Amino acid sequence: MTDARIIPISGEAPASTTSSPGTSRGQTAASSGSENNSGRVAGGAAARPRARTRTRAKAEETEAPDPQPAPLPGSDYEKPSWDDKVAGALSFLRRRVTGDYPVDNFGFDPELLDQILMAPFRPLYDKWFRVETRGLENVPDVGGALVVANHSGTIPLDAVMTQLALLDHHPEHRHLRMLGADLVFQSPFIGELARKSGSTLACAPDAKRLLQQGELVGVWPEGFKGIGKPFSERYKLQRFGRGGFVAAALEARVPIIPTAIVGAEEIYPIVGDAKALARLFGLPYVPITPTFPWLGPLGLVPMPSKWIIMFGEPIHTEEFGPEAAEDPMLVFNLTDQVRETIQQQLYRLLVQRRSVFL
Amino acid sequence: MGQVVLVTGVSRHLGGRMAQMLTRDPQVDRVIGVDVVPPRGDIGRAEFVRADIRNPIIAKVINAADVDTVVHMGVIATPIQAGGRMSMKEINVIGTMQLLAACQKAPTLERLIVKSTSSVYGAGPRDPAMFTEAVEPRHAPISGWAKDSGEVEGYVRGFARRRPDVAVTTLRFANFIGPQVETAMTGYFSLPVVPFVMGYDARLQFIHEDDGLRAIHEATVNDRPGLYNIAGDGILMLSQAIRLAGRPPVPLPLPLVPLTGRGMIKTGLADFSPEQVRFLTYGRGIDTTRMRERLGFEPEYTTKEAFMSFVEARGLNKILSPQRAAAAEQVLASVLTSGGSHD
Repeated sequence: MTDARIIPISGEAPASTTSSPGTSRGQTAASSGSENNSGRVAGGAAARPRARTRTRAKAEETEAPDPQPAPLPGSDYEKPSWDDKVAGALSFLRRRVTGDYPVDNFGFDPELLDQILMAPFRPLYDKWFRVETRGLENVPDVGGALVVANHSGTIPLDAVMTQLALLDHHPEHRHLRMLGADLVFQSPFIGELARKSGSTLACAPDAKRLLQQGELVGVWPEGFKGIGKPFSERYKLQRFGRGGFVAAALEARVPIIPTAIVGAEEIYPIVGDAKALARLFGLPYVPITPTFPWLGPLGLVPMPSKWIIMFGEPIHTEEFGPEAAEDPMLVFNLTDQVRETIQQQLYRLLVQRRSVFL
Repeated sequence: MGQVVLVTGVSRHLGGRMAQMLTRDPQVDRVIGVDVVPPRGDIGRAEFVRADIRNPIIAKVINAADVDTVVHMGVIATPIQAGGRMSMKEINVIGTMQLLAACQKAPTLERLIVKSTSSVYGAGPRDPAMFTEAVEPRHAPISGWAKDSGEVEGYVRGFARRRPDVAVTTLRFANFIGPQVETAMTGYFSLPVVPFVMGYDARLQFIHEDDGLRAIHEATVNDRPGLYNIAGDGILMLSQAIRLAGRPPVPLPLPLVPLTGRGMIKTGLADFSPEQVRFLTYGRGIDTTRMRERLGFEPEYTTKEAFMSFVEARGLNKILSPQRAAAAEQVLASVLTSGGSHD
């Protein structure tokens, strides 16, 4: 199962409407399908945007990137032609139907994420929120790092957008492996999709395992306190959990990248919380926004705020010894430092921002 | 002088093969197989003793033959095999207690190997992605085979404490799979349509039966005390495994699952115990670093390869075979590309 697979990608030109649902890809987000079993991104090298060559029948053995494209009899081999797109889409479909795709130990299905799960969010990213990224160079090209960001927006769209920013716009097209709350993995469908898109439970062993594998890990330490806070408290960072993420970074000796997300606070402004309902269903909050639940499903349309995601300068943890994770004082101080850095970045971005929607 | 090995549970497939495998080892002089019923298959040159490990007769067997190694494979996974949950529990727990009591009194004993299961970790949404041997279960199993195995391990720990001179190896196996072995899992994937819990997709790990036996063999002939997770590399998602097996999946809403499970047990279609259902809902992963580094064991089959060996041996994916899928792909491709409207 360690063979690298190149995922069919239509190199340029939005893949308009192909015959199959598999290939509606706009970006050249070459994704590393080369997650081997341990989930390690092999040197960040596998991301090679490349027109899918014709996959022949019985293609399991020849799935690896073969240097010699084998054109269809009777069709000229051009760059990403219609034929290639069809071939790519069909091969994708066949692999999905027969179960012939790699999944890492955490249940991450990179092919599914890149080709299907992210597809509906790409227009949202480009056209609706017009996300602007800054400081992508602060995210290392290879190796483990911990992205720590503020959490807001009632539903965790900010996490999806950050994941998409790193996948589509980082030069190495990195997958952000996010750590999620218990509730996420208890919920049907949501938990399943979270695992398949690379998330895992926010617990020390998983964080450490991912970081030591050299993965880029994302945490939103404010948790439900962050996304469920009222609109009046926008851009005020909540308590940062117990600092477990810092301990994990110290133990794995990877840099922490404080990340500020501006714009997500305004997508669903929470003006009230139906606490009784929340208790009834065991939810952390039930939001009431100016449009939800009053407008029904229409109330689910997010405000088209303008987003900025800023990846700050890494805070290095390598200089501390391996036993630093056992020093609660250091962990608390570093947690505070990360929190302060993100808060300052937020204030700076807010001053620069001309308006919520522009 | 070579080893004298006593193997329990020898009348079932894995125990029988284990006994046979050990008789071929030059390091082993004698292999004594014990079970309540005579073995169905060939156990090679192994001597069979019909004895119930639930009564003290087992102590006589151990002492009479100067047994120095005991391989305990007598823990039964499904009530069907034992003839009811009551007798299953008795064989598993009381049987182990009797066996360990006999072992404790056996002066010649040097080594004890226990075949356990990774289901002692339970399964649930708050589990870490991969269990190492040191992690305590967060959703400890409350019924069935998994609970029995947890209790068996408890008694084994007690034994290890009382007989520190005996090297005790406990092997926690992922689900056994392969061309011959019959487990709840193989029954499940052989169903004409495979039900799964809607909205969940479990992570599965398998160990090929040959690899599993090799692991027990490794622990039997070498001195490797400790607790080890044993699984093939990589994982399969349940949805992926169903597709690889070419079975039509049927989603079941969570509230309907207990009812369906009971119905399937009643009709003998499949064995859906509550902890089996939890496993097929939340899945589980076990970390095998210790297996590699300390046991020095390397499985030949990955999880996927082991599963495919089962699928191919049973001819499960005949209807929706990879060959047919590839052929369909080619037909569609030729229709869409040559007859298509690309110029």
